[in-house]
Amino acid sequence: MNPKEEKMKIITEEFIENDEDADVGRQKKTSKVQRQKRKKQLLTAGPQEMVSEKAHLGSRQEPGQQDLDTDTRLLSMPTRRGPRSLPPIPSASRTGFAEFSMRERMREKLQAARSKAESALLQEVPTPRPRRLRSPSEKEVETEFGTEPSREIQRTQQEDDSQSYSRVKFRDSVRKSKSKPPVPPGFPSAEEAYNFFTFNFDPEPEESEEKTKAKNRDGAHQEEEEGEEEEPRVQEGVNKTDEEELDGKDAMDFLLGLDRGAEDTVAVRPADYESVHVRLQMEKELLFIPSRRTVPMYKKLPENAQPRFLEDEGLYIGARPEVPCTNQNIMENRLLTQDPGRGWFGDDGRILALPNPIKPFPSRPPVLTQEQDIKTELETLYKKAVKYVYSSQHMIGYGDPPGSFQLDIDISGLIFTHHPCFSREHVLAAKLAQLYDQYLARRQRNKAKFLTDKLHALRNAVQMSLNPAKTPKSLNTTRKAINEYKSEIRQTRKLRDTEQEKDRTLLKTIIKVWKEMKSLREFQRFTNTPLKLVLRKEKVDQKADEEAYEAEIQAEISELLEEHREEYDQRMDGYRSAHQQWKAWKKAQRAKKKRKKQAVEEHSNEEMEEPYPGEDPVKPVPPEPTDRAVIERQVRERAAQSRRRPGEPMLVPELSLAGSVTPNDQCPRVEVSRREDVKRRSVYLKVLFNDKEVSRTDSRPLGADFRVHFGQIFNLQIFNWPESLTLQVYETVGHSGTTLLAEVFLPVPETTIVTGRAPLEEIEFSSNQHVTLDHEGVGSGVPFSFEADGSNQLILMTSGKVSNSVSWATGENGIPLIPPLSQQNIGFRSALKRADAISSIGTSGLTDMKKLAKWAAESKLDPNDPNNAPLMQLILVATSGESYVPDFFRLEQLQQEFNFVSDEELNRSRRFRLLCLRSQEVPEFRNYKQIPVYDREIMEKVFQDYEKRLQDRNVIETKDHIDTHRATVAKYLQQVRESVINRFLIAKHHFLLADLIVEEEVPNISILGLRLFKLAEQKRPLRPRRKGRKKVTAQNLSDGDIKLLVNIIRAYDIPVRKPTASKFQQPSRSSRNFSEKHAASPTTHSPTHSADYPLGQVLVRPFVEVSFQRTICHTTTAEGPNPSWNEELELPFRAPNGDYSTTSLQSVKDDVFINIFDEVLYDVLEDDRERGSGIHTRIERHWLGCVKIPFSTIYFQAKIDGTFKIDIPPVLLGYSKERSVIVERGFDSVRSLSEGSYITLFITMEPQLVPGESVREKFDSQEDEKLLQATEKFQAECALKFPNRQCLTTVIDLSGKTVFITRYLKPLNPPQELLSAYPNNPQATAELVARYVSLIPFLPDTVSFAGLCDLWSTSDQFLDLLAGDEEEHAVLLCNYFLSLGKKAWLVMGNAIPEGPTAYVLTREQSHYLIWNPCSGHFYGQFDTFCPLKSVGCLIGPDNIWFNIQRYDSPLRINFDVTKPKLWKSFFSRSLPYPGLSSVQPEELVYQRTDKTAAAELQDRIEKILKEKIMDWRPRHLTRWNRYCTSTLRHFLPLLERSQGEDVEDNHRAELLKQLGDYRFSGFPLHMPYSELKPLIEAVYSTGVHNIDVPNVEFALAVYIHPYPKNVLSVWIYVASLIRNR
Amino acid sequence: MAAAGPSVFLLMVNGQVESAQFPEYDDLYCKYCFVYGQDWAPTAGLEEGISQITSKSQDVRQALVWNFPIDVTFKSTNPYGWPQIVLSVYGPDVFGNDVVRGYGAVHVPFSPGRTSVCENICFRHKRTIPMFVPESTSKLQKFTSWFMGRRPEYTDPKVVAQGEGREVTRVRSQGFVTLLFNVVTKDMRKLGYDTGPPDTQGVLGPSPPPGLPR
Repeated sequence: MNPKEEKMKIITEEFIENDEDADVGRQKKTSKVQRQKRKKQLLTAGPQEMVSEKAHLGSRQEPGQQDLDTDTRLLSMPTRRGPRSLPPIPSASRTGFAEFSMRERMREKLQAARSKAESALLQEVPTPRPRRLRSPSEKEVETEFGTEPSREIQRTQQEDDSQSYSRVKFRDSVRKSKSKPPVPPGFPSAEEAYNFFTFNFDPEPEESEEKTKAKNRDGAHQEEEEGEEEEPRVQEGVNKTDEEELDGKDAMDFLLGLDRGAEDTVAVRPADYESVHVRLQMEKELLFIPSRRTVPMYKKLPENAQPRFLEDEGLYIGARPEVPCTNQNIMENRLLTQDPGRGWFGDDGRILALPNPIKPFPSRPPVLTQEQDIKTELETLYKKAVKYVYSSQHMIGYGDPPGSFQLDIDISGLIFTHHPCFSREHVLAAKLAQLYDQYLARRQRNKAKFLTDKLHALRNAVQMSLNPAKTPKSLNTTRKAINEYKSEIRQTRKLRDTEQEKDRTLLKTIIKVWKEMKSLREFQRFTNTPLKLVLRKEKVDQKADEEAYEAEIQAEISELLEEHREEYDQRMDGYRSAHQQWKAWKKAQRAKKKRKKQAVEEHSNEEMEEPYPGEDPVKPVPPEPTDRAVIERQVRERAAQSRRRPGEPMLVPELSLAGSVTPNDQCPRVEVSRREDVKRRSVYLKVLFNDKEVSRTDSRPLGADFRVHFGQIFNLQIFNWPESLTLQVYETVGHSGTTLLAEVFLPVPETTIVTGRAPLEEIEFSSNQHVTLDHEGVGSGVPFSFEADGSNQLILMTSGKVSNSVSWATGENGIPLIPPLSQQNIGFRSALKRADAISSIGTSGLTDMKKLAKWAAESKLDPNDPNNAPLMQLILVATSGESYVPDFFRLEQLQQEFNFVSDEELNRSRRFRLLCLRSQEVPEFRNYKQIPVYDREIMEKVFQDYEKRLQDRNVIETKDHIDTHRATVAKYLQQVRESVINRFLIAKHHFLLADLIVEEEVPNISILGLRLFKLAEQKRPLRPRRKGRKKVTAQNLSDGDIKLLVNIIRAYDIPVRKPTASKFQQPSRSSRNFSEKHAASPTTHSPTHSADYPLGQVLVRPFVEVSFQRTICHTTTAEGPNPSWNEELELPFRAPNGDYSTTSLQSVKDDVFINIFDEVLYDVLEDDRERGSGIHTRIERHWLGCVKIPFSTIYFQAKIDGTFKIDIPPVLLGYSKERSVIVERGFDSVRSLSEGSYITLFITMEPQLVPGESVREKFDSQEDEKLLQATEKFQAECALKFPNRQCLTTVIDLSGKTVFITRYLKPLNPPQELLSAYPNNPQATAELVARYVSLIPFLPDTVSFAGLCDLWSTSDQFLDLLAGDEEEHAVLLCNYFLSLGKKAWLVMGNAIPEGPTAYVLTREQSHYLIWNPCSGHFYGQFDTFCPLKSVGCLIGPDNIWFNIQRYDSPLRINFDVTKPKLWKSFFSRSLPYPGLSSVQPEELVYQRTDKTAAAELQDRIEKILKEKIMDWRPRHLTRWNRYCTSTLRHFLPLLERSQGEDVEDNHRAELLKQLGDYRFSGFPLHMPYSELKPLIEAVYSTGVHNIDVPNVEFALAVYIHPYPKNVLSVWIYVASLIRNR
Repeated sequence: MAAAGPSVFLLMVNGQVESAQFPEYDDLYCKYCFVYGQDWAPTAGLEEGISQITSKSQDVRQALVWNFPIDVTFKSTNPYGWPQIVLSVYGPDVFGNDVVRGYGAVHVPFSPGRTSVCENICFRHKRTIPMFVPESTSKLQKFTSWFMGRRPEYTDPKVVAQGEGREVTRVRSQGFVTLLFNVVTKDMRKLGYDTGPPDTQGVLGPSPPPGLPR
């Protein structure tokens, strides 16, 4: 194969494009196809094909055919396009290439195609060749005809994979039939485009791309790259399919026809496409993408501003948090575009940022893995406490938080003005710098100028005052002023001259030093310092200058002349006077001489001597007149010396660091070593506060210029007033030691200097160190000289300046953190001079404007002195502005403003007081509503009760309580109660989730099961059961919301009437019993009595009256001794004070009285004749008995349901129990066993109230911890088994401590009196004891101690208090029984009506007895009327037994506690009884009750009751039958003695005997005595007073039987008598 | 007496429980009641009420509209304990049990003023209060309460008007209720309580969450 041919082949391969794999396995098939093709082609191609076939086989494995000659390709491509442009075949492409990238696919396709095409190529070789140079426009036609064979081959090759051989054929045929004019090339028509999408191509990702490319590119520039070769092919493929469709006759038609149909109906539009560029463009418009490039500095800074780097200026800037540069740039760019203001950028052109908050080290101590390490780390060391004694002056007040003051010390840097390492040049440089500084300072002050100006001003002033026209003042003052001015001028001039001279000399010195330095540099041939002095000459206007100069001189001269003249005048005056004197003296002398001349000879010696010692015989010399020339000369000389010559340019020295330092390698060795030495040195500073080191700076190397920059700020948290602040300068040389160079004492800053306002100050220091160095360094404290000969020696000491600032820090809200001024000790300063403001009035004085002003006035500050200007300004402002600075400090200085009323006035306000008391929940005011707006509307009496209570706290009040003992008890109770209440008030405000949220508990299996069972339950069961009502919390109720529902069902065994067995047996008309009226004849009381009544005759007509809170309801009247009412009575309930809170409801003491009355009708007809025409009867009611149920019981029980024994008085005149009747009537025979009447009741409240929760408070205990745990465990176990059974192990005693319950049980002696009553009858004794116990008044704990807290008092406390609830009674009774030798237990269980309560169980010989301790009654175990309904646990003196039997009714359980299967005992073998000591006293001591007191009480009660009855009958006259009363009074002790039994008959007989002609109805009431109120209530509830028969008489007798220990049994006999006529 | 000046001031509140947003629930009704301090007493009007059941509107807002009127007058001597309206919303759950859907409370506006509907629709006393329900104490509780239709509830809805004891509860937000108030006061200024001049255009109250009907 020649190369050309090979090339050709390769090209063809290139263009043969398939979607197929180059699969070798398919070669067989391919070859088969090829063979077929060949057969066909043989016709056209002839023998060439054979050759080609071979070549194909040979070249098959040729690699690297991809790198093609582009030329040929370009040429051949257009021609080749046609055949290749078939649509990809779906099945083929789907399998292999879906996930390949386009390029890869291309390559593979190329390879595959190449291998396959090779064979075909041979056949086609002749065909493609001539086509190469055809233009693209022609290609279509060309393809149609010319390339037919090759296309066929390719087609078959393509379709190898599609397994549709037939299709190949079909396609061939299609192609053959295809000879139509083609679709214009290059552009796909709409149809094409549509087809492209609708035709079932394999959804290859690249297709669309190809298409887009095809669209984008015209045929003109199509194939430029390998990858793009396919594009036109696809396009053509589309064309092809179109053609195929148009064909319409082929088998394929139906497939394509679908497309066609769609094409007809749908409007087709080319898909919208936006090129990437367009999209980017649009995005660019919409989106803002901040660039990442760095923002140029000028954008970030305000115009024309240079970036300012605070750090370089020596200010402290914390480390910025690290942010990637790009992010920062993005942010900056964003900020700049979005927020054009530059508020985000700092002076340095960077985004403002706080210092990095991340600490470089963790603040948490490192976690140590090894345990022993931890131990060593955490080991504490004992250090004896050292009491640190503060000296008081430094101590900040105790109230102040320590360390709240802060001193900021900013150490910016250090400059050495001399250092041992200074070279000579350095010395000079330092000198020069110093001089220059001086120069600068002077120039800034410019004193000379100031003085010159002043001089001018003064001169002007003199001129002005000399002008007579303008001085209307008196000549005297003017002269005086002029004189003053003149003297001032003189002084000022002198000052000015000196200043000017100084300036000049300074300048000269500077120049001189600079010259020296220059010469030194030249001499040593190197430069050490960058210092460079430039003298700038400022040109001056020569003429003006000269004139000014001259004028100045002239002025001066004239002044001087004047001065001299004055002086001369003065002197002349002096001279003249002196001369006069002298002349006089001379005259005298002459006269003397004359005289002497007369006696000259005698006194010649004396004469000679005389003139010498003579005073002043000298002739005064007349003063010389001043010579102007001389003066002028002097002035000019001086001016020349001190002043700039006129016309001479002004010299302004400028020192710069612009000079270059000679590098090391050009220096001599000594200098190099000096520099080395300098480099090795570093310096740091220690900060000492009050002589204690508090911090130190970093060690910084000494620069070549002997400057050290620190730039550190130390925040000293202090709480002592700073006494001294010291900086210690330390120098380190290499790695050797450090030496203390010097100490710098910093002044303590003024209180006005706070951070931010403090200027940097330079403080000089020096040390007396002697250092000699072996190099160029001059050393310190060592003489050296600049001269070569060593003359003119200098000794310099190490010295320098620290630039620093000390200031007080400001707190968060701008308050400076300065210790209060009072802490400072100002005393020592007073000794100083007062010239200096600070030293005279102290630093603190600076804040006191008045002091300062005073000082300024005293020291005559020059107000014009610019140095004083700010001070004067300040003083002016301060003194004029009336700013009052208080001399004390107040924390809330504005509090006064807000106190609109003084405290006293506030306290006087009644309203305020009321509000306060209410918010404190004081009981009297807790529910006070609508506190009036004005004080005047609040009556003083509102507080009276409260105040009285407060006063009476310790005073025992005897008025309310008749008996003093009760009063003390009541007081004591009150106190206990208050303490308990206070305790609970706190607990009340402590909420649990359950208090706020009602949430169903998670049901356990049994409940769930029950619920499931319920689902199957009937919706309306035939026998409905009572469902629990929803409970209501009592807080949001008001009056009338709560009702008490009393359902009275029936009663049993009511006493029946008995005909009065009076002496006058014959029934009178008027007094005949209405019911008896029908009876044939009244009979005596006899068992046959019932026989007298005909069938259905009524023995009694009972009705029930319920009274509660003085509201009375009654039922209808039923008949017979076993009536059935079945009535519901509704009584409203009012809470005390309208307070419906739980605590309030708990303490409601009211009782519900259920009274049973007999309705008796009396015939009141006066005249017998009228009997036929009318009935006149009077209804009377006779009290039969009552049931009393405390409200608290109802409240806690929610409902009371049961049969109760009616409390029937022992004597009920006119009635008797008809046992026989009951039996006959066939009622339950069991009931007849027990005597008494019964009533069945159901009581509840509507709505149901939630009883208060018991206080959740864990009480402390003195019990053993183990025991307590055991109790908890025991209780938990019991509660798990029988949640409804009461289990009590620990109780709370009166002092609020938890006590184990068995400690309460201990044999205690009953009163001896009771024991001796029935010495031989233990049963009677027991009953008596029980009666005694029952006589102790009952008071529920909830009433006495608000809140549901059951406090157990010991028996002695109980007897002292004489009040308690069931537990106390039970405990006492049990203890008595124990002491009587009985086996007794405390029974905790449920009873009606009390609910959870305590009874006492005793074991008699064979049976058990259950005692109700509150009533004193006892019941047999099997008594159905026993109020005890369930038994939870038994408590003995040494153990607790929990009932684990199936039933808990006392009827059905076994009380044998020894059986562990029935009773779970607390102490068992595993936990033996530890022998707990009892809390009860050893022995009870009983005081005999004072009988006289009892008698007295008895009289008082009687009197009060009588008064009450009269009060209750306001409309009627109440007559008292004294005779009857006395009879009753005699009878009552009998009742007491017999305990109300078996006395009735005797009593009746006696009564009858005495009061025969009265119809008598009455009964004795028996009660324990606690207070008067219950007695009154009881009498009231009987309704005796309700009789309104006109001639009724009353009898009332009270008897009090005293039992030991002030236990009183009260009997009240009330009776009404109606005289029979 | 009358000459001496008033001894009580009166606060008349009327308005309505307008609508609610409870995205997840439908068919809700609401109860309202007032909680006030001891010095307050209602003199006229209904202190509590229970609304009809409302269904979600069919539009996008899905508002539950009650338009349930409130009209009550209080008298008081002391602004302490200013009345709060307590709302509790109930509705059926999946099983048809009535469960609580939210509690909320808000003070009656202090300043007198009426709900004005002007062009810009500004409501003087429009209050949108977030409603919440107490959460179950545990997941299991949550499930069982859901299952049995006995969600945790406050023992008393008035609890939400007080601060005491709330720390023991956890609540979850449920939705919002919008209330409109018109407030008239009498004699407040005479008694020295100045509730300020009525602000002419400020929209008071918490801004309603986005998406609420305005």
